[in-house]
Amino acid sequence: MSDGLVVEGVESFYGDFKALHGVSLALEPGKVLALIGANGAGKSTLLKSICGLVSPKAGRVTWRGRDITGLGGAQTVALGIALVPEGRRLFKSLSVEENLILGGQIGRSGPWGLQRLYDLFPILQEKRHQPATSLSGGQQQMVAIGRALMSNPDLVLFDELSLGLAPIVIKDIYAQLPKITGQGMSAILVEQDVTRALNAANQFLCLVEGRVSLSGKPQDHSRDAISAAYFGT
Amino acid sequence: MDLINIILQGVLVGGLYALFAAGLSLIFGVMRLVNIAHGDLIVLAAYIAMEVIRLSGLPPLVALIFVVPVMAAFGYALQRGILNRTLGGDLLPPLLVSFGLSVILQNGLLAVFTADSRKLDAGVLETASVSFGGLSIGLLPALMFATAVAVIAALQFMFYKTALGRAFRATSDDAEIAELMGLDRRRVYAWAMALCLGVVAIAGVFLAIRSNFDPFMGPGRLIFGFEAVIIGGLGNLWGTLAGGVILGVAQGLGAAIDPGWQILAGHVAFLLILAIKPRGLFPRMDG
Amino acid sequence: MMQFTISRATITSRIAGVFALLLLVVLAAAPWWASSSFLHLAGEFAVYLALATLWNLLAGYTGLVSVGQQAYVGLGGYITFSLALFLGVHPLLAIPLAGLVAALVAIPVASLVFRLAGAYFAIGTWVMAEVFRLIAAQATALGGGSGISLPATVTKELGGKWLREASIFWLALALGAGCLALVYLLLRSRIGLALTAIRDSEVASTSLGIRIGRVKHVLYVLVAGLTAMIGALISLQKLRVSPDAAFSVNDWTAFVIFIVVIGGIGTIEGPIIGTIVYFLLREFLADFGTLYLLFLGTLAIVVMLGAPKGLWGYAAERFGWSLFPVGYRIHFKE
Repeated sequence: MSDGLVVEGVESFYGDFKALHGVSLALEPGKVLALIGANGAGKSTLLKSICGLVSPKAGRVTWRGRDITGLGGAQTVALGIALVPEGRRLFKSLSVEENLILGGQIGRSGPWGLQRLYDLFPILQEKRHQPATSLSGGQQQMVAIGRALMSNPDLVLFDELSLGLAPIVIKDIYAQLPKITGQGMSAILVEQDVTRALNAANQFLCLVEGRVSLSGKPQDHSRDAISAAYFGT
Repeated sequence: MDLINIILQGVLVGGLYALFAAGLSLIFGVMRLVNIAHGDLIVLAAYIAMEVIRLSGLPPLVALIFVVPVMAAFGYALQRGILNRTLGGDLLPPLLVSFGLSVILQNGLLAVFTADSRKLDAGVLETASVSFGGLSIGLLPALMFATAVAVIAALQFMFYKTALGRAFRATSDDAEIAELMGLDRRRVYAWAMALCLGVVAIAGVFLAIRSNFDPFMGPGRLIFGFEAVIIGGLGNLWGTLAGGVILGVAQGLGAAIDPGWQILAGHVAFLLILAIKPRGLFPRMDG
Repeated sequence: MMQFTISRATITSRIAGVFALLLLVVLAAAPWWASSSFLHLAGEFAVYLALATLWNLLAGYTGLVSVGQQAYVGLGGYITFSLALFLGVHPLLAIPLAGLVAALVAIPVASLVFRLAGAYFAIGTWVMAEVFRLIAAQATALGGGSGISLPATVTKELGGKWLREASIFWLALALGAGCLALVYLLLRSRIGLALTAIRDSEVASTSLGIRIGRVKHVLYVLVAGLTAMIGALISLQKLRVSPDAAFSVNDWTAFVIFIVVIGGIGTIEGPIIGTIVYFLLREFLADFGTLYLLFLGTLAIVVMLGAPKGLWGYAAERFGWSLFPVGYRIHFKE
């Protein structure tokens, strides 16, 4: 029995398309997992299967020893799993602060609150009354991260953290990542930039067409081996 | 002077039309649902009020204390039990199910209450008026308009300043992600429908005090509310009030020319605005 | 190497086709073998079949959900009466003219109601029907709010009782079978394939969006014209028009929607099954009046929630039935 996340043989569909063919992984508390793979490999579907936006057709998701397979998103967030979705998906008719408040409204206690977030991302305090989608891409990503942190999660799923952001902004956000994950919080990181993801992670999992092609610790595998696993060659 | 009087009466009646429209606007904003049975629910509220008054002897406006919660609870149950199952992107199911609901409500009311037209008696309120400078303002129309303004102000406040309104807006923006904030969309939608039918209850009681009603009046009220929403611009509650006023004034002017043209003049005003400004007079900017 | 053949027809559909032709011949001879009450019922059946088939073409294939088709039913009746009363046009000739005029009226109407998206389009069409009804009620020369009967002088032009009943029945049969055949052929054409593709795939609908916008416009106008011809026929069946009856939302739209939903929306067979179910229910339950309508509304909701593709869609999915094959089938050989 693990007190982290255990995924066993999960099969999920994206519409009529079978996106995951029996994926398994295990993640200990406080660890960061880099989830890599080409477009359409099933990374987002795996994250959604964990946080309850997709209900797996087979297999099991266990979180802190509890079977959470098929629970809805409203329930998994109450159990401490938060998602920073691909494309950020901020609520466009809500202000920055309202987006953050909504993130915290399930009322889990923990270190994160509005003030702590504003200390982490001071620009958000300055712009807190603006419509969330009027911010720059990088600032919007900060709101999306903040919104997830406000629920005081024990596991954060970051989907395409740097997609569409300027390199300097990406560097900034990654510089903050240890502050976020340094408190015993685990994370799964989906990222196009494989090198950056592997540097930030303790372990990795590579998906090809919905199947695990390679997994382990970054330092145990050569870059060539990981690259071969990525392209499925 | 006559013309000013006609316009003034039209403005005040516009308040009632805004009450018909406000709930329609709210649920469209939250869940993109157009409820064909909306008008029939207004009529249902009028009959419930009639029964409450018969059993309790309360004056109509006081009876709202019972009618509003009863209708709101009905709305919550209706959304959870039936309408939530129709939502999911496709246009047909919600439209056709609410159309079926409309026929059921009309014939259900007919079976229970017969086709006789009824009216609620509000006593002296109906005839009292204040006049100045040749203009006469009935107390009832004035109260109706003031109620419409108050209801829309309250909805506006709820929508933009409260946690419930935040939940409505977030679910409307992105229901899937809202779920990850702990917002169960089925419950959020049910609350929206409860609120909508609370407003419908107020509209139904005013309708029943102002004029005769029968089981088949619903579709006409739906159309007035719909026209007010489109004239004012989708998603703009104050615009909806303006839409109701324009509709009321157009009907008043039409009736002044020929009583048979009253309703027609309202429809023509609606079609003109649709032709000139298809998004309504005051469309919401971000829509 | 895998071999396959492509076909449209199935054995069932071939048998059904032969059966339909036989039925048509037998029915066409009905004035010689059936009672006038049968002719009346069969004529009414054909009218509802035609209305349901046309509504299904709009809602089931192009996503245009109209709750205002009574606008064109009523318009057809009023145009027919105007032509016959004021211009002395023969009533039977007035039917196609009514269709033509209504189609012309539908062009500007479409440009207005097409500005409303989705469900609001539905209510917009209803407003239009109300406008038509209110204008008809203002037409004092046509009896205003209480309507007008076709004078005996005009009725005589339709011939004696037998010939009148027979010709109205034949017209109903022709319109019912004609609408069905038209929709069938239309859906087999390239336009029909595009429409079906759009209905079944969101990606296709966004990529073909603009071109299909025009097709929808044309189909709306075509359906309006045909609906008006049916309305013209109805006015001759009843020999009377009045605003409330001719523009009745219950008679010409609500029942039609229930027929299509219960039978199976988006299929050609659905409206046929739905019309049969509707007439059976009416024969057995109409005596219960209000309860009958309550039952019909409830049935439509139950079908929509439980079997959204209707009775036919449910059967077709389970047994692979198809009477009017518009798609292609691939048969693989080992």
